[in-house]
Amino acid sequence: MNKPKTIVEKIWDQHVVHQEQDKPDLLYIDLHLVHEVTSPQAFEGLRLKSRGVRRPDRTFATMDHNVPTIHRHIIKDQVSKTQMDTLKQNCDEFNIPLADIDHPDQGIVHVIGPELGLTQPGKTIVCGDSHTSTHGAFGALAFGIGTSEVEHVLATQTLWQARPKTLNVKVNGQLGKGVTAKDLILAIIAKYGVRFGTGYVLEYTGEAIQSLSMEARMTICNMSIEAGARAGLISPDETTIEFIKGKRHAPKGSDFEKAAKDWKALATDQGATYDATVEINADEVEPQVTWGTNPGMCIPVSASIPSPDQANSANAKDEISRALEYMGLEAGQPISSVKIDHVFIGSCTNSRLSDLQRAAEIVRGKKVNPSVTAIVVPGSHSVKVSAEKEGLDVIFKQAGFEWRDAGCSMCLAMNDDVVPPGERCASTSNRNFEGRQGTGARTHLVSPEMAAAAAIEGHFVDVRKLTQPTPS
Amino acid sequence: MEPIRKHTGLVYPLNRSNIDTDQIIPKQFLKRISRQGFGQFLFFNWRFDSEGTPKKEFSLNDPKYKDASILVAGENFGCGSSREHAPWALQDFGFKVIIASSFADIFYNNCTKNGIVPIQLTEEETQVLIDRSESDSYTISIDLEQKTVNGSDDFHASFEIPEYQREMLLNGWDEIAVTLTHKSKIDQFEAELQQSRGE
Repeated sequence: MNKPKTIVEKIWDQHVVHQEQDKPDLLYIDLHLVHEVTSPQAFEGLRLKSRGVRRPDRTFATMDHNVPTIHRHIIKDQVSKTQMDTLKQNCDEFNIPLADIDHPDQGIVHVIGPELGLTQPGKTIVCGDSHTSTHGAFGALAFGIGTSEVEHVLATQTLWQARPKTLNVKVNGQLGKGVTAKDLILAIIAKYGVRFGTGYVLEYTGEAIQSLSMEARMTICNMSIEAGARAGLISPDETTIEFIKGKRHAPKGSDFEKAAKDWKALATDQGATYDATVEINADEVEPQVTWGTNPGMCIPVSASIPSPDQANSANAKDEISRALEYMGLEAGQPISSVKIDHVFIGSCTNSRLSDLQRAAEIVRGKKVNPSVTAIVVPGSHSVKVSAEKEGLDVIFKQAGFEWRDAGCSMCLAMNDDVVPPGERCASTSNRNFEGRQGTGARTHLVSPEMAAAAAIEGHFVDVRKLTQPTPS
Repeated sequence: MEPIRKHTGLVYPLNRSNIDTDQIIPKQFLKRISRQGFGQFLFFNWRFDSEGTPKKEFSLNDPKYKDASILVAGENFGCGSSREHAPWALQDFGFKVIIASSFADIFYNNCTKNGIVPIQLTEEETQVLIDRSESDSYTISIDLEQKTVNGSDDFHASFEIPEYQREMLLNGWDEIAVTLTHKSKIDQFEAELQQSRGE
């Protein structure tokens, strides 16, 4: 019998174009996603060397980082406009399919890939964006690359990559009611730190992962990079196959049946070994809130903000002190007492239909606290349309949320959706770095439910206490 | 890409861990479509106040580091966003070598594509370099062929770097040109894909 293999080993072995002693492998790339911010210099590089795009049919572009989410066609920032125009010109010149700002397929690149069925198990997928790890939810090997590598993939459809080490993130038990995939990934990063995944591809396994929906799995894999891992994935199963079935770019008919069989065969074999393993009990995970300036600075909503005195080294102590100062918080303060000014529901982490459905359930019939400005930014035009069909837009608007067009928006505030200096935002995005949502802005990462609850209450609150059934 | 074999330069210490690429170059400066001119935005929110005045308390504004070309920092340098604008900004500002006790994967890779040498030393070694360059003007030499770092005093360290990346940096190769020497293998791989999966 063959040696049992992990899904990473299987995908890798299927994609090696060339191998040499003491060199990385030359790896074939099945799908290259492109957006306006990290591609212009790559296309310019091609032109300077008179090179073409090897496989425009394996390349797909959209505009997401810079696009306005309100007054769609008034792009006040000329530099942003130039960047978007440049993408359009580059896609025209090199014959690359583009979902531009007016296209019905437009959206955050990591939302539309799966939506269109471009993302499939077993594929190697890259994009000049670190959250490309999202696509790993489908059992694809997907990772972020820099602009030089974008140019390399455009020219050759390959990348030189050293075979990665594998790390099994084993999630035992089941998540409790009101506890989400976002809370789980935040709890994992809080427990093991923001660099435990460096040099590894993470594979999420265990009962809790198997029972998650595809959208929840995307939230988990999305934040692999916040643990230091370029890629994180989940072995494909029936849930994966059901999601892909019928999507525009998915195989059809008997081709689909054959593909589904191949996809299932990719799952990690019983007895396969990993280079490392970490474990967490899902049952013990509570709703999470970050308090600091990296995603590992995170506590359960019932906890209080840590003190620099709890640190185990001088450097860690400095790091906590600096974070508290930037965030304008006191050690020992219960996180639930922290008042917020903004709520952002969106980003490639949490802007899919089910995210919006769950947030809408919380705000239905309630009002956003008068001290809070709250916006919902669907991950794609298609998510927006589906949500409107269900009337979610009405629920949000009646509660006092703004209902916007699709884009990356306030996750990184490259457009006009900026949190002002010193103000505090409960955000469903992925990074609470200094200045991420605006210079001097203070970000707290939470699940869509927790963000919705905070919008209503004006401060953080355990969402499980809000969702007790009303007596009939 | 310019080849780099040896470099001697002044050390700038930045004694922090988990410096993310949002700090190295904030997002409002990612909108340019060229690779040049990002140095002026390096560590922008740390270097300048809201009026655009240099912050005295941020050490990179100290004139004694004006000619620094080697940055030394704590662990997990360059984490977060994949933006290659981060190494472009560091390089444009004048940094040729980055030393840290560990690096984020994408940033490390991005450095080697731009002729910046990323050097991982132990926490103890990094701390020595930080302490010495904080208290005094401190010059070190790096040798990519020998894989060594030598101070102007008794500091000596050696480092590891993947052979492929070392060769790239030493020779300043155009990686795409190297890959295209394997074009027939890529053609063959695609032909097999077409046959097996109809793609």
